[in-house]
Amino acid sequence: MTIIEEAAPVPAPREGEDAPLLEVRDLHVEFVTREGVVRAVNGVDYNVHAGETLAVLGESGSGKSVTAQAIMGILDMPPARIPQGEILFQGQDMLKMSAEERRRIRGRRIAMIFQDALSSLNPVLSVGYQLGEMFRVHHGMSKKDARVKSIELMDRVKIPAAAARVDDYAHQFSGGMRQRIMIAMALALEPDLIIADEPTTALDVTVQAQVMDLLAELQREYNMGLILITHDLGVVADVADKIAVMYAGRIVERAPVHDLYKRPAHPYTRGLLDSIPRLDQKGQELYAIKGLPPNLLRVPSGCAFNPRCEKAEDVCRTQLPELLQVTERDGTELTGRSSACHFWKETIHG
Amino acid sequence: MAEQIRKDDEPQDATPNVSDVEVVEAHSATEAVAAIEAPVERGEPILQVRNLVKHFPLTMGILFKKQVGAVKAVDGVSFDLYQGETLGIVGESGCGKSTVAKLLMNLEKATAGEIFYKGQDISKLSGRALKAVRRNIQMVFQDPYTSLNPRMTVGDIIGEPFDIHPEVAPKGDRRRKVQELLDVVGLNPEYINRYPHQFSGGQRQRIGIARGLALNPEIIICDEPVSALDVSVQAQVINLMERLQDEFNLSYIFIAHDLSIVRHISDRVGVMYLGRMAEIGTDEQIYDHPTHPYTQALLSAVPVPDPEAREGRERIILTGDVPSPANPPSGCSFRTRCWKAEDKCAQETPLLAIPEPFRGSDSEAAHESACHFAEERDVVHAA
Repeated sequence: MTIIEEAAPVPAPREGEDAPLLEVRDLHVEFVTREGVVRAVNGVDYNVHAGETLAVLGESGSGKSVTAQAIMGILDMPPARIPQGEILFQGQDMLKMSAEERRRIRGRRIAMIFQDALSSLNPVLSVGYQLGEMFRVHHGMSKKDARVKSIELMDRVKIPAAAARVDDYAHQFSGGMRQRIMIAMALALEPDLIIADEPTTALDVTVQAQVMDLLAELQREYNMGLILITHDLGVVADVADKIAVMYAGRIVERAPVHDLYKRPAHPYTRGLLDSIPRLDQKGQELYAIKGLPPNLLRVPSGCAFNPRCEKAEDVCRTQLPELLQVTERDGTELTGRSSACHFWKETIHG
Repeated sequence: MAEQIRKDDEPQDATPNVSDVEVVEAHSATEAVAAIEAPVERGEPILQVRNLVKHFPLTMGILFKKQVGAVKAVDGVSFDLYQGETLGIVGESGCGKSTVAKLLMNLEKATAGEIFYKGQDISKLSGRALKAVRRNIQMVFQDPYTSLNPRMTVGDIIGEPFDIHPEVAPKGDRRRKVQELLDVVGLNPEYINRYPHQFSGGQRQRIGIARGLALNPEIIICDEPVSALDVSVQAQVINLMERLQDEFNLSYIFIAHDLSIVRHISDRVGVMYLGRMAEIGTDEQIYDHPTHPYTQALLSAVPVPDPEAREGRERIILTGDVPSPANPPSGCSFRTRCWKAEDKCAQETPLLAIPEPFRGSDSEAAHESACHFAEERDVVHAA
């Protein structure tokens, strides 16, 4: 496990600090349902640079996957709609592009890895055919060349005996191998950005470690940006450079990975960190955040977290906290840190 | 036999109060001494599993089915469960941990081996005798979305066990009993007429737990009870389960793949690999002093939610996947992925026993481990 350690302290080379690969600005996504309008994403801002890993952390219903689908342009519209916001990919707003322009970016420049590899792969086509499709469709390659390329790719993601397995079907592979095929497919056209939505949630820990290592290795090699969407605080700690924590469609905290775990600046983040048991020591009773994540049809007024927060006061119930820069006690700004809590000072400084 | 069991049962309804006191004591002791002596002090095990085997036949042909092999889901597993303790069982998918749960519940018939509940072999029971024993062993399932009938109200779901065992709650008393149970698991007793879809995942799991508790069982088998829940809700359910254990002196068999949660809740932990127990011991023995290479690899692969700890931690990345249980490797089944494997491992199956070098020592490494080359190695703590 030396690979990740080497890379972690030195941020990967970036082409100019101020030119992010992808920038999401004030993104809103709504779903029109029979019971009313569900505001799944309520003004999300984040960015990723080349070679950087952004982890988007949140529970189910927090809007983390919907944001990713909006970036990818794979939301079903309707029922979804994007009333507001910008998604800038290398400076260009993808929301203003035509369907044809977006299609050219999707897969070639931005690729996605889904959680469930078995249902993301076509069961009646061989994996080699599906991998080769990327080259045939995007590069107009012949069947024969595409097949050679597929074998190369399968080698790349360390599938043993790739040449012999290229004609196998998805069900003939194990879970970890299937996820490797998904990674191979995402890598096929050497994209600039990969969005991985819970890529290892369905896998066993030993296989999860293999797959995460592979992903990190390939990311470094191609200097790709990576958005890792997950609910697992452990996986995040292992691979991310920076983290955005989402709750009820909003980012509640943003921080570089070390700072977030050491000094959370939002009560929700703190609660999450306290509620996971430790592997290296036997704990006492677990801290549990009371209550349930909100129903997005009836998000509480003010701060959405207020009914579950121990520190909530009147202002939390009436006024929506903005995502603001977090500072040290003496006022020096903490780079890359912001929190959407009226009482972030008390939370971070204790 | 059934008669006898029922007589045995009668006083048990009253016992919780008496045994409660014992548990409270045991627990304050466990907290101090970190559960090391606890199983020893607890006397006779309530459940003894001996060489449990379950092979699922692989057949060929349509009309004349011929057995061509077997999936060795469980291949000789032995362990004890003591009153009031939690035994965690961990392992990767396909290692047979869920099959063990089904065998204990008698939902599957064991191919061989015995399960002794208070000295009586329950693996071969059927009919009325089985029904009587089942009252004392209940199960909580993984998926709170599919394990509750969507057409039944919560009251009917939790009250259904009383239809099968009417002696526990007389007809007129049931509604009150169900409401009591809802209250015990932290749900509003007024929800008794609601349907499962009106509840969130965590609340549904509470309903599942209430159903498991309905018959005042002594043992609850929990198969991945929190893995489908969100992190913030997981902690609530785990805390609830621990509270109920103290309150009713329950014994848990807690099957999960999340090693951190298992450590938190368990007094003892068993690690399974390909249908066999690789290592078993107290939580401290397994997590802080593992001697089996598989346990070490498994523990080292767990991502720890602490970016600083990751730098000092040793990580063992296993190559390859778990072999198929239909065709497990000869000798030690882990040898194909093990970095220590030698010829001996292919020829001799290692037995689950305290390894030679630690025999007679009082170190934490002296616990049962099925490896020819068992060696202590701390992979959880930063160096």
